[in-house]
Amino acid sequence: MRFRTSLLAAAGLTAALASSPVLAAEQAAINNGEVNVYSYRQPFLIQPMFDAFTRDTGVKVNVVFAPKGLVERLEQEGRNSPADLIFTVDIGRLSDAYDSGVTQAVQSAELSGAIPEAFRQDNGHWYGLTQRARILYVSKDRVPVNEAPKSYEELADPKWKGRICTRSGSHVYQVALTSAMIAHHGLEKAEDWLRGLKANLARKPQGNDRAQVKAIKEGECDVSIGNNYYYGQMLQNEEQFAWAQSVYPVFPTIANTGTHVNISGVALTKSAPNKQNAVKLMEFLAGDLAQQMYAEQNFEYPIVAGVPQGGLIRSMGELKPDTLNLDEVAANRGTALKLINEVGYND
Amino acid sequence: MHTPTQFSITGPARPQAGRVWILGGVIVALIVAAPLLAITWIALFPSENIWPHLASTILPRHSWNTILLMIGNGIGVFLIGTTTAWLVATGEFPGRRIFEWALLLPLAVPAYIVAFVYTDIFEFAGPVQGLLRDIFGWQTKRDYWFPEIRSMGGAIFVMSFVLYPYVYLLARAAFLEQSVSVLEVSRTLGRGPWKTFVSVALPLARPAIVVGIALALMETLADFGTVDYFAVNTLTVSIFDVWFGMGNAGGAAQIALVMLAFVVVLISLERIGRRGRRYHNTSTRHTAQSRYRLGVARGWLATVICTLPILIGFLIPAGVLTRHAIVFFDQSWNAAFFGFARNSLMLATIAAFAAVAIAIFLAYGRRMSGRAFGVLSRISLLGYAVPGAVLAVGVLIPFARLDNAIDSLARDWFGVSTGLLLSGTIFALVFAYVVRFLAVAFGAVEASLGKIQPNMDMAARSLGAGPGRTLWRIHLPMIRGSLIAAGTIVFVDSMKELPATLILRPFNFDTLATHVYQFASDELLEQSALSALTIVLAGIIPVILLSRALTDAQRKRRKIGFFEAVPTLSPALPTKSAGD
Repeated sequence: MRFRTSLLAAAGLTAALASSPVLAAEQAAINNGEVNVYSYRQPFLIQPMFDAFTRDTGVKVNVVFAPKGLVERLEQEGRNSPADLIFTVDIGRLSDAYDSGVTQAVQSAELSGAIPEAFRQDNGHWYGLTQRARILYVSKDRVPVNEAPKSYEELADPKWKGRICTRSGSHVYQVALTSAMIAHHGLEKAEDWLRGLKANLARKPQGNDRAQVKAIKEGECDVSIGNNYYYGQMLQNEEQFAWAQSVYPVFPTIANTGTHVNISGVALTKSAPNKQNAVKLMEFLAGDLAQQMYAEQNFEYPIVAGVPQGGLIRSMGELKPDTLNLDEVAANRGTALKLINEVGYND
Repeated sequence: MHTPTQFSITGPARPQAGRVWILGGVIVALIVAAPLLAITWIALFPSENIWPHLASTILPRHSWNTILLMIGNGIGVFLIGTTTAWLVATGEFPGRRIFEWALLLPLAVPAYIVAFVYTDIFEFAGPVQGLLRDIFGWQTKRDYWFPEIRSMGGAIFVMSFVLYPYVYLLARAAFLEQSVSVLEVSRTLGRGPWKTFVSVALPLARPAIVVGIALALMETLADFGTVDYFAVNTLTVSIFDVWFGMGNAGGAAQIALVMLAFVVVLISLERIGRRGRRYHNTSTRHTAQSRYRLGVARGWLATVICTLPILIGFLIPAGVLTRHAIVFFDQSWNAAFFGFARNSLMLATIAAFAAVAIAIFLAYGRRMSGRAFGVLSRISLLGYAVPGAVLAVGVLIPFARLDNAIDSLARDWFGVSTGLLLSGTIFALVFAYVVRFLAVAFGAVEASLGKIQPNMDMAARSLGAGPGRTLWRIHLPMIRGSLIAAGTIVFVDSMKELPATLILRPFNFDTLATHVYQFASDELLEQSALSALTIVLAGIIPVILLSRALTDAQRKRRKIGFFEAVPTLSPALPTKSAGD
């Protein structure tokens, strides 16, 4: 008897909890001008900019962060989706969002004035906000500066056998690099390159970009491929400081042009219920203040010309980006991923 | 042991009542199966036939890795789970009473956190290799060999030590329930404890052990966090490559279905192996078993055997987390932390009640109907083997369709938009948890309902009670131990759930697990160690309660033999059912 009574009581309590303010709060967020964001980027990377926006305009920004599945969520929610903006890294994911038809075009003189044509979709379906270079981290102890690889192509040279570390080949950053290789050199040469790189790996691809630098510190490999901003982030972290200290950054070239770059960006959803403020947030993020914050706090490259790079980024060396159009990187993605599977890069 | 034929209780007295239960069960089962049906639907429309490419590239290796991981984990959880369960259930040795509940503790620790912790310990920069280098004067990795923790072996190690409690829990219950007379017969026939274990107790407990292993293996199949971190490329990794890398949702859903087929084949194989044999205790004489008294040396050996899994699966990970949590305490102990904790507790509590309620409904419907309904109820359990992110998309589809359909109607008829009513709310989250973890709850409820002899139902029904009343007054009190067990496991699993939570959650909504993930995915676990530790601590309390409840129920069940039960029930039933 006591068991069943307590069962009933607990069920009642549960119902009371469920109807607590949480549910009501969600529904309220939709139509009051607050900007709702689906983000593939970790909140702590973008929250400072959102906070600055809220201080500036009084408009609140709500976020859902997930590493995958948000475009799918948007597709299913359709015209009633509460989301206004999608934040993501990688040109591939931006074009995915565009291809699945969940975005809408934004015409804004401010945005098209600030962001170079190469870094936005032709009709304004997405805009790049920051640039990041895929650079090499090279062991200070074991590779003299004049012997460091100067191009991605060189990484396939047998002299690096057993000395290179990378993350999984199917990660978007590696896929984009492979895709750029295909765009520059054609599929056949790209395949040779990827096989050569695979043959030089010191270990099975694993971990993230930081973990590769850590492996250099530990003597497992001498060269790793990673995004430039991790250098600054590692220097700021007590434990990872030593990892960063064990390497120096190198800006390699691809097909003798410049360093492979990727972008992080934003798109307005087709169904955006708070379009006006959402566009305002987009413009804010392309503005000088936010661009500077991206550069100084996240160590990414500002996409807007004239915004000074953070001191630390500048000290790493000069970035000369690859001139290849990002659309081509996006277009070759499927082929790149298949190539990565075919050479068994991750095995 | 006898083999009863399939029974069906749609008694002649009140056939409609029985049918209502079956119909209700069918509807509930369909709702729970909706996300899986949605995934099946997606699988019908791949953007490209993915199989030729996959078959010639990654599929063979990923399948092989999956099989290897399942075999490894299967053996691991079987050995750890049954050995400890047998020792605790039948032996007498130092610390036995503590081990009874402590062996469940690893259940509270998420596998991905254990993976992080052991990587920290065993990797190059970790204390173990550091000590070895100090002793032997090695410098870099090239100077010596050390097993790589980020590997298949590492994954099996970590997952076996967090998943074995499923087997332990069920095996121990099975050993305790074995009629003492059966084991005594074995003893009087001159079998020692070891032979009794192998030739009598183990075969008798087989159904329970198999359920435990099946649960552990389904969890293995669904896992992404651990295998991803350890760079073990399984089929789950293929799914995400195809889905999010190649943008081919249909192809990915097809792989997911192949994995499910895998599970179904596994379970059927076991059933065929059993060939319909069922194991009932013919005697209800459940006097306390006399335990094997182990000598000093053997007693302490048993103590060590039982300590190891707790040490590896719980004490070490929890200890490391505690250390980090203390260092980062000032940063972590704030209002936001309480928010995460509140959200986690709330979701897990609701999910636990919902899952148990639905499990009772389904199990009871099945008890009354038999085979056809059984198939349906089994389909609704497969969610446990689906990777969380895939399941999340499966949940999105029916919810969004329903919301949008209601919205369209409202717009057409009343000119108002109702928006999304359920999508993106905690309701969708709880639903996802229920779909994901129903298998656990259902397994426990069904198993214990099955142990109640059908003549109990008949007695109650012949005394005029309807199926609902019979359930409420007879069955539920009798199986309360299992209900608590089922609810606890769902609670703990929901606290740990990550991928579906990430995708389905409302705006600005963090649970302890999502908070931990945000940092852990950047190798910054230390900063969210307090949240990670809280997941573990919140899991411990119900786990301890669970164990006590089980021991308690054990004692009580001994009293409710069939003959004792009827007299106590008969005065109550007719009078109260008058107004029914």
